[in-house]
Amino acid sequence: MKLESALATLVLNLALLSFITVGGLPSIIPELHRLIVENNGWLTGQQFTDLFAISQAAPGPNMLFVTLVGWQMAGWSGALLATAAMVGPTCVLTYFMTRLWDRFKDAPWRVAVQAGLIPVTVGFISATAYLIAQAVDISAVALALTAGVAAFSYFTNINPLWALAVAAAIGFAGLV
Amino acid sequence: MTDSALPLSQPEVPKLQELFFAFLGIAASGFGGVLPFARRMLVEQRRWMNEEEFAEAFALCQFLPGPNIINLSVIVGSRYHGVAGALAAFLGLVGFPTLLMIFCGYLYGLYGEVPVLRDTLAGLAAGAAGLLIAMAAKMIASLVKAGRVSPLTFVVIGFLAVGIARIPLYWAVLFLAPVSIAYYWWRPR
Repeated sequence: MKLESALATLVLNLALLSFITVGGLPSIIPELHRLIVENNGWLTGQQFTDLFAISQAAPGPNMLFVTLVGWQMAGWSGALLATAAMVGPTCVLTYFMTRLWDRFKDAPWRVAVQAGLIPVTVGFISATAYLIAQAVDISAVALALTAGVAAFSYFTNINPLWALAVAAAIGFAGLV
Repeated sequence: MTDSALPLSQPEVPKLQELFFAFLGIAASGFGGVLPFARRMLVEQRRWMNEEEFAEAFALCQFLPGPNIINLSVIVGSRYHGVAGALAAFLGLVGFPTLLMIFCGYLYGLYGEVPVLRDTLAGLAAGAAGLLIAMAAKMIASLVKAGRVSPLTFVVIGFLAVGIARIPLYWAVLFLAPVSIAYYWWRPR
C-alpha cells in the first residue's frame, strides 16, 4: 500500500516534470533529487548519484535514468511505470503537434518562446552540474576527474564515453 | 544539398516492423549521440524523408518538451501509420535501452555494495559530473558566440534560483521563462 502510493506520487510528478524538460533530463535533476531523496527518502543520495552516473554511461536517451529509479523502488512495475510517465505525455503531445506545426512554425511567438527557453534551461543545467559535482566530489582525485572529463568533453569532439571509461577505470583501481 | 536525380522520399510506405527495426538500429548504433545516426538512417539509407523534411521535423522536436530523438520517432512513425506507427518506432527506439537499463539496475541491486564496484562508481560519478559541466559550458559558449550576452542574466538567475536557493523548479520556470521569452520578443531585431 505504501509502495503503491509512492509509485503514484512518482508517476504524477514525472508526468508533470516531463513538460518542462526542454533541454533534456539534466534540467530537472534538482527537482528529481528533491522528490526522490529529500522529501520522500525513496533512495539515498548515494544511490541517486550512482544511478545517475550509470544512466549517463549506458546507451539510450538519458531520460532512462528514471527507469533505474523506478526499478530500484519497485522492480518491473516501477521501472515501466516511471519510464512511461517520463516519456509518455510528451510523446502524445508530439503526436498531436505534428499536425499543427505547419500553422505556427514561422510565427514570431514560436521563435521567441524557443529562444527564450534556452538561457533559462542553461541556468538549470548549470545548477544540476553544480549540485551533482558537490555530491560526488568528496576527494581531491574525484574533483580532478570531474575537471578532467569536463575539459576533455568541452575541448575535443571525441566521444565523451572514453573519458567516462577512464574515470571508471581510475575508480576501479581504488584511487578515488 | 538537394539531389534532384534521385527521388528523395521513398514512394513506398514502410511497414510497421520496418519502422520498429529502423529505430532499433538507431538506438543500437548511437552510443553517446544518436541524432547523427538518425539523420543518416532516415535521409540517406531508408529515404523516408528528405533533408528539408528532416530539418523541419527536428525543429519541431527541439521546440517540444521531451527527448528530441524520442519525439522524432513519434513524428516519423505517425506519419506513415498513425498511432500504431508511432508506437512501433517508439518501442524500437526505447525498448532495448530500457531493458538494458533494467539489467544495469538489477546488477546494481546485487553488487552495488561490493567495494570494488563502489570504487568504480565513485570514479564514474565524478566523470559524469564533468560531462554535465561541459554541457553547460558549451551551451553558455554558444549563447556568447551568437552575440547574446544579456541572456546570460537569465542563465545566472536560473543557476542561483535552482542551484543555490533551491527554489522548486516549477516556480523558477513559472517566473523566469515568461521574462526571458518577453526579452526575446521585444529585443531590437
